[in-house]
Amino acid sequence: MSINPDLQGRSYPAGAVYEVGREKIRDFALAVKATHPAHFEIEAAKALGHADLVAPPTFAIIVAQRADAQLISDPTSGIDFSRVVHAEQRFTHHRPIVAGDRLMAALHVDSVRAMGGGAMITTRAEISTTEGEPVATTTSAILVRGEGQ
Amino acid sequence: MHISALTVGQEVGSRRIAVTRQDLVRYAGASGDFNPIHWNERFAREVELPGVIAHGMLTMGAAIQLVTDWVGDPGAVVDYQTRFTRPVPVPDSETGAEIAVVGVIGALDTEKSTVRVDLTVSAEGQKVLVKAQAVVRLA
Repeated sequence: MSINPDLQGRSYPAGAVYEVGREKIRDFALAVKATHPAHFEIEAAKALGHADLVAPPTFAIIVAQRADAQLISDPTSGIDFSRVVHAEQRFTHHRPIVAGDRLMAALHVDSVRAMGGGAMITTRAEISTTEGEPVATTTSAILVRGEGQ
Repeated sequence: MHISALTVGQEVGSRRIAVTRQDLVRYAGASGDFNPIHWNERFAREVELPGVIAHGMLTMGAAIQLVTDWVGDPGAVVDYQTRFTRPVPVPDSETGAEIAVVGVIGALDTEKSTVRVDLTVSAEGQKVLVKAQAVVRLA
């Protein structure tokens, strides 16, 4: 099955709320080999002016990839997950993510370009709190490899 | 640290990061990215990869630690981007793969008090991230 060219311009509304937990921040920090105390000790985070434990700079990928999953699992998209390769990623933080945040992500498909037998798909997740405060904008480009790519 | 004390081209540091199969499993669990190309050798080869490869997001996420440690606050990173140009194969061994990271100041914006740090990230002497750039805001 090939990629549906009509994906470009499609949006998916925010799904379930993502609650940022302290232990999740600690686990994610360990997983990316981050050692800064502001990820682990509340006092260290507060000393830097943060309300609670600070998430590492790429933590928003958890929320963004949950939003991306809506597109990838959409049967009309034509995307074979086993042939997806991550090509580009960007995080723009409007403010740091901290423990206790309740986040939502609206997903936008900004572009779809044919590449050989596959396609490069660029998505953007607008991450905000449940109160509507902008927190981060993430953009991802995924390459869906065609046969032999 | 004041922006006037910094110059473009100045190195902010360098480090080497070991990545083993266990690290890939840990990252899969922490991130929720369970794509089997990052833990299942048979599956990775079936989809025409050289073997199990690291999550690009693990490489990206580990490389930024050089910058957060330098600036002293992980919340100071206002923008971080990269392209993933080459997979990092992680052999089934005690030592796994090694990623080398070097950070150099690429740009200074005194009005916004921001610094762009350009990261060179390589494995086995070949770049695995391209245009890896982090913008940090100084206090």
